[in-house]
Amino acid sequence: MTDTIVPQTTRKDWTSDQEVRWCPGCGDYSILAAVQMLLPELGVRRESTVFVSGIGCAARFPYYMNTYGMHSIHGRAPAIATGLAVSRPDLDVWVVSGDGDALSIGGNHLIHALRRNVNLTILLFNNQIYGLTKGQYSPTSEQGKVTKSTPFGSLETPFNPVSLALGAEATFVARTHDMDRKHMMETFRRAHFHRGAALVEIYQNCNVFNDGAFEAITGKDARAEKLIPLVDGEPIRFGAEGEHGVMLDADGRLRLVEVSDVGVESLLVHDEAREDPGLAFQLSRLARGPFEPTPIGVFRAVERPEYGDAMTAQMARAEEAKGVGDLGALLRSGGTWTVEA
Amino acid sequence: MTSTTTDRQTNGSHREGAPTIDLDRVVVRFAGDSGDGMQLTGTRFTTVSALFGNDTATLPDFPAEIRAPAGTLAGVSAFQVQISDHDILTPGDAPNVLVAMNPAALKANIGTVARGGIVIVNNDAFDDRALEKAGYGSNPLLDGTLDGFRVYEVPMSSLTMEVCREAGVKPRDAERSKNFFALGLVSWLYSRPTESTIEWIAKRFADKPQVLDANTRAFRAGFHFGETAELFESNYQVHPATALPGTYTDVTGNTALSWGLIAAARQARLGLFLGSYPITPASDILHELSKHKNFGVRTFQAEDEIAGIGAALGAAFGGALGVTTTSGPGVDLKSETIGLAINLELPLVVVDIQRGGPSTGLPTKTEQSDLLHAMYGRHGEAPLPIVAPSTPSQCFEMAIEAARLALKYRTPVILLSDGYLANGSEPWRLPTLAELPDIHVEFATEANHSDPDGSSSFWPYQRDPVTLARPWALPGTPGLEHRIGGLEKADGTGNVSYDPVNHEKMVRIRASKIAGIAHDIPPVEVDDEHPGGSELLLVGWGSTYGAIAAGVRRVRKRGIHVAHAHLTHLNPFPANLGEVLASYRAVLVPEANTGQLVRLLRAEYLVEARSLTKIQGVPFHASEIEEAILDALGVTPQPGMELQSPVEEAS
Ligand code: SF4
Repeated sequence: MTDTIVPQTTRKDWTSDQEVRWCPGCGDYSILAAVQMLLPELGVRRESTVFVSGIGCAARFPYYMNTYGMHSIHGRAPAIATGLAVSRPDLDVWVVSGDGDALSIGGNHLIHALRRNVNLTILLFNNQIYGLTKGQYSPTSEQGKVTKSTPFGSLETPFNPVSLALGAEATFVARTHDMDRKHMMETFRRAHFHRGAALVEIYQNCNVFNDGAFEAITGKDARAEKLIPLVDGEPIRFGAEGEHGVMLDADGRLRLVEVSDVGVESLLVHDEAREDPGLAFQLSRLARGPFEPTPIGVFRAVERPEYGDAMTAQMARAEEAKGVGDLGALLRSGGTWTVEA
Repeated sequence: MTSTTTDRQTNGSHREGAPTIDLDRVVVRFAGDSGDGMQLTGTRFTTVSALFGNDTATLPDFPAEIRAPAGTLAGVSAFQVQISDHDILTPGDAPNVLVAMNPAALKANIGTVARGGIVIVNNDAFDDRALEKAGYGSNPLLDGTLDGFRVYEVPMSSLTMEVCREAGVKPRDAERSKNFFALGLVSWLYSRPTESTIEWIAKRFADKPQVLDANTRAFRAGFHFGETAELFESNYQVHPATALPGTYTDVTGNTALSWGLIAAARQARLGLFLGSYPITPASDILHELSKHKNFGVRTFQAEDEIAGIGAALGAAFGGALGVTTTSGPGVDLKSETIGLAINLELPLVVVDIQRGGPSTGLPTKTEQSDLLHAMYGRHGEAPLPIVAPSTPSQCFEMAIEAARLALKYRTPVILLSDGYLANGSEPWRLPTLAELPDIHVEFATEANHSDPDGSSSFWPYQRDPVTLARPWALPGTPGLEHRIGGLEKADGTGNVSYDPVNHEKMVRIRASKIAGIAHDIPPVEVDDEHPGGSELLLVGWGSTYGAIAAGVRRVRKRGIHVAHAHLTHLNPFPANLGEVLASYRAVLVPEANTGQLVRLLRAEYLVEARSLTKIQGVPFHASEIEEAILDALGVTPQPGMELQSPVEEAS
């Protein structure tokens, strides 16, 4: 709120005195660490940083941050954070949510926050399961998933959070995972500096109820072959030697190819600022699930007026046109008559 | 005119042989198709009467469907207004004049008209098809249905088209101006000034010159028709009412409420944030506030009711006066967030414009059936303050009061208005800005707790010893970083706590905080002309005020002493309420529900209160209150002492 130099901080400054209560080995720990390590690098103030969450394991996050925070109600964090962010454009507002919170009970709020482009950094911890309620399938669980509430297998088609966000025309959409701190920090940094709604899907391991859900692609040995890093302006390629790549076919479809077969110049060059979200959407559909080569990184980052800024500008225009509100005049605006004494 | 009296003949007349008769009051009901512009016509007639100095009270009555099939009973839209030369309290029980633009409007409304009343019909609209659509087997203008009324058949459609044709307006468009013909005619009938209406038409339709021209012509034609057609044997006037000196305006409840919210933010020196989702009959508040961005008002039309209140709560966390407005099913959807706000102990104003329920119920009809929901409609022990305006203009004051309590006690407050207050209007003596209460609150800026090691820290749940309110520390304040949430908190620190004893303590503290508000609100006033001598106390809340007070006046005219107390604070009740109730032998509680306040009074004070209820989507009539009082007192009206007393409302 002041324009003096932001004090130097360390991870410790951003850590609250509350004992962290996730299950030992939970992926949430590494995400928390990544955020706490990143914040000192961002040149932001603790007092101007707010974490808002809903309900679920991930939603305990604000308690562990030595910032302002609100642990709200199931699914509603984007709505609550919207009110805060638009009325306080000076704040840096983060939303921490899970797959059940953001995509099931709160799906409506998420898409509308994205559509409006409210200045929020939304971290979506996707573990493909309900953890806090002890292991029911979630809207991102794969079809056939056997859980306590689906003993014969889930019948439902899962959401792909990145596809969903792109469908809502989110201006910033990215994916990262809990096994790679550096990638997380880099992705969160980009999301933080994006003015508007930024959604980051984080593949997060729930080692109690859905252990190893992403192991096939995020495991140390699997990454090179199964994660496709998206780098703006670069041909999309992966593999230990960059031997595989993504090509846009003549029929408009994306295809995984061997670079040796097609040549690097045939590969699709990633353009995160592309106005049309169509290609980014296609990229989000490359893998049918976290067992096939899956793109990670920033899918889309485009500029669009931020909602709160637009609202503030509209207020300023109203004030310019009509002058500062005069309550006395307002009360008389419907016509008056006077009764003399 | 039967039920309006003091027929003093005056010399003034518009037409030779057509005298002007003075009336002390008159009730006019305009009725037509939803598309006929009856609300506009009625509102304008009200405004011109208010500007003229009459006291006015209105009852808009329209269908939930935007355009139900034309000509059907379902599509009838009506607007009733009482204008008077003295202080009145209701829009009147039975209209003295019905203007019916088509057979359906006649059929739907004739039952309400006072016997001997005037019925003005647009007989152009009474063709076979229209009669059939309205469900008339034969023409009511011919078959004796209207015997006992003074019926005037005026070909409004054709006369309107006639004058508009001269101006080159297409007949189809011209026909749409017939409501202005009706307005002109009724304006003549009640000697209303015409200039202000003509100016108003010019302003309102400035961007549609043809419509402007057609409406002006139709209005003038209606007025001249009254003056020259030798149809009406007389016209009338209602002199200005004597009122307290001051500047007045005519205001609806929803407008007054919107302005009250703006005033509250001003008096609190906070930005106003409205998070809302469109719903009848609350949407007009969203519309009104959206116009006033130059007052530092942020309006947010959310994706749903839950997001509306969620965003308002988020804004409150950031230091705004957070408000959400809703009605009916919207209230249900907000329950969970209200519970969160109770636990977070953040200020929030929740405006509920009650309508008929359950479920979608009767969206455009009034009811007072959300009181118990406001009291108890949340899981867990979740008390909050409830306030309720009694009249349209009081919505202004109560909006400020709701904000005051919310800000001072850091709690959500529910304001219960209803459809009748929301759309009804009355003259309002404007307050001066200096009269408005200062509801400024201080934000926390520094640590409030000394730790054993000598350092200091900020405890978000360290309370003010008097109000029990917790400090309101805004994000952006260095050193006061804290986390709040829906989980139970440890007393003081606000840290998550599952300690059983702490939970009971916190439940009781939150309850005491709300209960303590009883000492911070005005004691309930009793209107009793014979303290100690009145046999019955009527206790009401909300929009029943006018009908109850008018009913009481009627009974007093009979020499019977009764008292009336009207509650604006429903939780907590005013500190003196128990004492007041105990000082009357009998208590009668009229409500537009199945008896919700009466349950609360019985439970809280163990009084044998009687209940009078009406759940028809329309307000009580003064006569119904009168009857109930007489019944409660065991008084049988003597012959010649009929219930419709002619001077029913004269104070
Ligand atoms: S249940 Fe799963 S997601 Fe929740 S804390 Fe434990 S490991 Fe983490």
